[in-house]
Amino acid sequence: MQSKRVTAIICGVMLGLVPRGQAQFSNAGAAPLSAMTVPQAQQMQPGELASALKAGVAERPLVLQVGSRVMFAQAHIPRSVFAGPGSQPAGLQLLEMAVASAPKGKLIVIYCGCCPWNHCPNIGPAFKRLHDLGFTNVKALYIARNFGDDWVAKGYAIDKGE
Amino acid sequence: MHILRLFRLKLWVVVLFAGGLWAQASPQDLLHKPAPVFVRDDLSGRKIKLKTYHGKVVLLNFWATWCAPCQVELPKFETWQNELGAQGLQIVAVSMDDDAALVHSTVRRLHLDFPVVMGDARLGDEYGGVLGLPVTYLIDRDGRIVAKFEGETDLDAMERQIQLVLHKR
Repeated sequence: MQSKRVTAIICGVMLGLVPRGQAQFSNAGAAPLSAMTVPQAQQMQPGELASALKAGVAERPLVLQVGSRVMFAQAHIPRSVFAGPGSQPAGLQLLEMAVASAPKGKLIVIYCGCCPWNHCPNIGPAFKRLHDLGFTNVKALYIARNFGDDWVAKGYAIDKGE
Repeated sequence: MHILRLFRLKLWVVVLFAGGLWAQASPQDLLHKPAPVFVRDDLSGRKIKLKTYHGKVVLLNFWATWCAPCQVELPKFETWQNELGAQGLQIVAVSMDDDAALVHSTVRRLHLDFPVVMGDARLGDEYGGVLGLPVTYLIDRDGRIVAKFEGETDLDAMERQIQLVLHKR
């Protein structure tokens, strides 16, 4: 019985039915990925990132905004790079260019904040693309409502312009 | 005397620093203030001037094609424009998309007849920072902002507010 179970698991892994790594995604042909597909272990709270950036950690993460350019221009996390929108092919190309020279183990934090987390169309595809590219240390900034409420209104540092 | 001067200088530094922090922590609040005027071309190239709607009740909606709650609101807004336009309601939608082509196709798909203009960071800043969508401002006949709706909104409640402002004397 035990050996049958082990065999089933091995077959499942080979067929891609059983999660191999920390993140499990729907296949590439599926509808746009929701931010809800990002595992909780790969989410980062705004306060956590704000503290880390303020403290000047030894190796600063690569922070990428994968939402709207218009919103990025109004306010963005200082020294973050616009690399979106994640919901569109052109945005994913921009994302690939932004990480082209980054080491695969580099801590990358992606964020959007266009709309409530469960409605964000940009985080999920961007997160998946980075994993598909082989990046192993990707976090998504959990923005519950929007960037205005969950970052700017909290008094965390911002920059303006493109 | 020297100590007093030094004290005053330190006090000014504290006041200026605190003012800076306050400015960052408190986004511009437009409620009950005149709606910032703008002139933009709509998708067909027609000039849309917010000022020309003075005397009407304006529902100014910031949206984007990738915003799911926006897609729920827009058809409702079209219905309201048709039903309440004669009573003085005017809907104006501002797309915060980067690409106008997507906006064109969405407007066609949803059969929106009210003016749709392309927004940008400057217009967003003038309206207190549009840092999440949707955002909708209700502007009375005197051009004052009387309500602001952010995120997923109870559209029945929004309609009640519109009716109140439409019938206000």
